[in-house]
Amino acid sequence: MARQPEGPPPPPTVQKLRIRYAKRGRLRFASHRDLARTLERALRRASVPMAFSAGFSPHPKISYLGAAPTGAASEAEYLEIGLSVRCDPEAVRAALDAALPEDVAVLDCVEAREGTGSLADRIDTSVWRVELPGVTLAELQPAVAAFLAADEVTVAKRTKNGLKDIDAREAVTSASAAEGTGCAILHMVVRQLTPAVRPDDVLAALAAVADLHPPLPARAVREAQGRLDDSGTVADPLGPDRTARILHREEHAAI
Amino acid sequence: MTGETLYPRLEPLLAQIQKPIQYVGGELNAQVKPWDGAAVHWALMYPDAYEVGLPNQGLMILYEVLNERPDALAERTYAVWPDLAALMRENGVPQFTVDGHRSVADFDLLGVSFATELGYTNLLEALDLAGVPLHAVDRDESHPVVVAGGHAAFNPEPVSDFVDCAVLGDGEQVVGDITDVVRAWKEQGRPGGRVELLSRLARVDGVYVPRFYAVSYGPDGTIAAVQRTRDDVPARIGKRTVMDLDEWPYPKTPIVPLAESVHERMSVEIFRGCTRGCRFCQAGMITRPVRERTITGIGSMVEQGLKATGYEEVGLLSLSSADHSEIGQLAKELADRYEGTNTSLSLPSTRVDAFNVTLANELSRNGRRSGLTFAPEGGSERIRRVINKTVSKEDLVRTVTTAYANGWRQVKLYFMCGLPTETDEDVLEIADLAVEVIKAGREASGQKDIRCTVSIGGFVPKPHTPFQWAAQASAETIDHRLRLLRQKINEDRRIGRSIGIRYHDGKPGVIEGLLSRGDRRVGRVIERVWREGGKFDGWSEHFSFDRWTTAAAEELAPFGVDLDWFTTRERTEHEVLPWDHLDSGLDKEFLWDDWQEALNEEEVADCRWTPCYDCGVCPTMGTEIQIGPTGRSLIPLTVV
Repeated sequence: MARQPEGPPPPPTVQKLRIRYAKRGRLRFASHRDLARTLERALRRASVPMAFSAGFSPHPKISYLGAAPTGAASEAEYLEIGLSVRCDPEAVRAALDAALPEDVAVLDCVEAREGTGSLADRIDTSVWRVELPGVTLAELQPAVAAFLAADEVTVAKRTKNGLKDIDAREAVTSASAAEGTGCAILHMVVRQLTPAVRPDDVLAALAAVADLHPPLPARAVREAQGRLDDSGTVADPLGPDRTARILHREEHAAI
Repeated sequence: MTGETLYPRLEPLLAQIQKPIQYVGGELNAQVKPWDGAAVHWALMYPDAYEVGLPNQGLMILYEVLNERPDALAERTYAVWPDLAALMRENGVPQFTVDGHRSVADFDLLGVSFATELGYTNLLEALDLAGVPLHAVDRDESHPVVVAGGHAAFNPEPVSDFVDCAVLGDGEQVVGDITDVVRAWKEQGRPGGRVELLSRLARVDGVYVPRFYAVSYGPDGTIAAVQRTRDDVPARIGKRTVMDLDEWPYPKTPIVPLAESVHERMSVEIFRGCTRGCRFCQAGMITRPVRERTITGIGSMVEQGLKATGYEEVGLLSLSSADHSEIGQLAKELADRYEGTNTSLSLPSTRVDAFNVTLANELSRNGRRSGLTFAPEGGSERIRRVINKTVSKEDLVRTVTTAYANGWRQVKLYFMCGLPTETDEDVLEIADLAVEVIKAGREASGQKDIRCTVSIGGFVPKPHTPFQWAAQASAETIDHRLRLLRQKINEDRRIGRSIGIRYHDGKPGVIEGLLSRGDRRVGRVIERVWREGGKFDGWSEHFSFDRWTTAAAEELAPFGVDLDWFTTRERTEHEVLPWDHLDSGLDKEFLWDDWQEALNEEEVADCRWTPCYDCGVCPTMGTEIQIGPTGRSLIPLTVV
């Protein structure tokens, strides 16, 4: 039998909050682990009443959803936390935002509603905006066209087990080129498959199909995540929780 | 423009390297003050990777103390890994601070904290990346004054070509004195140039300026004399000592990194100095006397620090934390204060004779019950008398068994190998001890899944200790003894599988020995090693023993000395040691007598509880032991 710590078990989770946050500026260089540590410490500084796991090594109940890669900024990262005391989601959002470094912003916090399903099931696609300094629109446009025209573009991806060939094309459901200040901008919608296709992989694919070699490192920002519907739009993953709340209110109003 | 940010030039490089987060700054509680608002600019360097350097308490203290002054600005810089260093050279980006991303060359002072001598090559790399001349004599008044501090600064002779000054002892007050001198010199229009500034600094208590002292050597290679070359500098340089730690409650707002670091916790120094008299321990010798922070002083630092950081663990640091006069009450009252908050307390390592289960239970009451660490240091009772860390085998086994019986599953034991007078048998007794600990522990706890990790380091004799005269054991001796020990522990697999062994081979210790007890002639070896690509010598994947031994052989040959001469050679009583003109307060005669007593296996008691044994520190430095108990207690915190 596994040993149990003495004393009563930790208080149970009474409320789950779902949070959308952004990593910007210099902190785009933070890895997922770096951000996780930072968020956990900020939750403590903000005195958010976290629920903890039982056992000799209690951990706060936090689950992270697919994190943006190190080096990429994001306006749409998601996590879910379990609380031992019910709190006003907006108060938690504000307190956590204040406790975090300037370049991490807490954008949204909603209560998870029973029966609306898991957050992970509501995310299968990322919307990316990639700035390519030193590249012109005239260079990027034909490269994107050539990429979209291909059925498959194999690129070498660095993984834990060395280089691995993956297809960068299949996951990209749409892509377009635009003009920025001193750079061209690549907009794309990318489905989250396994292995993941990241902005770097698409850039490697552009080099492969169109010999596009940006003179400077690209700056990628994940603008949104969610479920891709048939019309090609990406739905807000916190939408069902919000809708449930509104319905809940309407029920009250009806009574 | 001076003090301009380099970040726009650095950013494109960060996308191409490993762990870029360590270079971006912006950590919680980091500060970036306006450049023009400060009269004196300090760059503070820890000469190792960010993950090792960031938690360093000394640097964090000085960073706050300096930044609290309206006329000073301090920023941090760390050793840059080779991947970024190569890109920086390619793109002309100099060594930068992580706070304001300013060029290190723009600062008035570069303070470098040497916790270990293995950071020396990283200083050279940083100077070169900064565009600052490697040799102090080649710098002009536009270059930063390079100041060495930390424990290794008690013998800065091996790096005396590269540093302008070394500071002995506690840094809190002396950095202010140095700031005043630099500010006045700048405001007067830099009279007399760099030499005048250095001569003024040489008159600040605790500051040593090597260029004003000439070293001559005798025909046998030993030092004949160290003489000052100016009348206005002191013949001997005494260390600085901060009295009343409660007046210096730093760091108040510790920097919390985003990147992973070696210590993921907040630390509060509960006392400074140690008089246990362990003869191998340089820290215990050079930081005397014992000065305790009071229970209430500690309580408010813990409270403020946790609020400022969000850490879930508080380390109560010192050289022997369980010796604090109020430790039992402190642990209990802190545990009461943080009941239900998943905040755990930890001590770095515990003396076997100061440990008790009540204390350990209080420490882990609100958080994780991580492992316990004891440091018997020597394998046999005989060798423990030699090093003056006396504890009987029975006491040791009993203490560790008690820990297992009270629910701890993992106990770590620290030892050293290569101690003076040590034989194979002394080291093999480590195995007997570990085996007994496991047997007794299994019985006491009724569990088979307990573990004991034996961690062994090669002993390196250090300046300002009774072992400063000792012959260092060769790498072969260390490796041989560790091999025997490993065999013996693995003889009985039923027990041996519960014992983990962590050790390093003896080679890095030999180089550390060269750098610890070296003199000015060793500077050429360091420079040669760096020129051949040596850096990050504390990391086994970067350390090259062959590069060091080749450089040592060739660079030291013209002087008629060699690597063995500096390491495995025993010194005689009246030999002039390279650090004799640097005063830690300890009488050289006291140290010699203590060395002789070590050879006779005689112990000395702790002056914290027994009468003064005349080590010399208090009368020489005008200091005294400051200990409790204060009779005060920690009241519960008001719930916010």
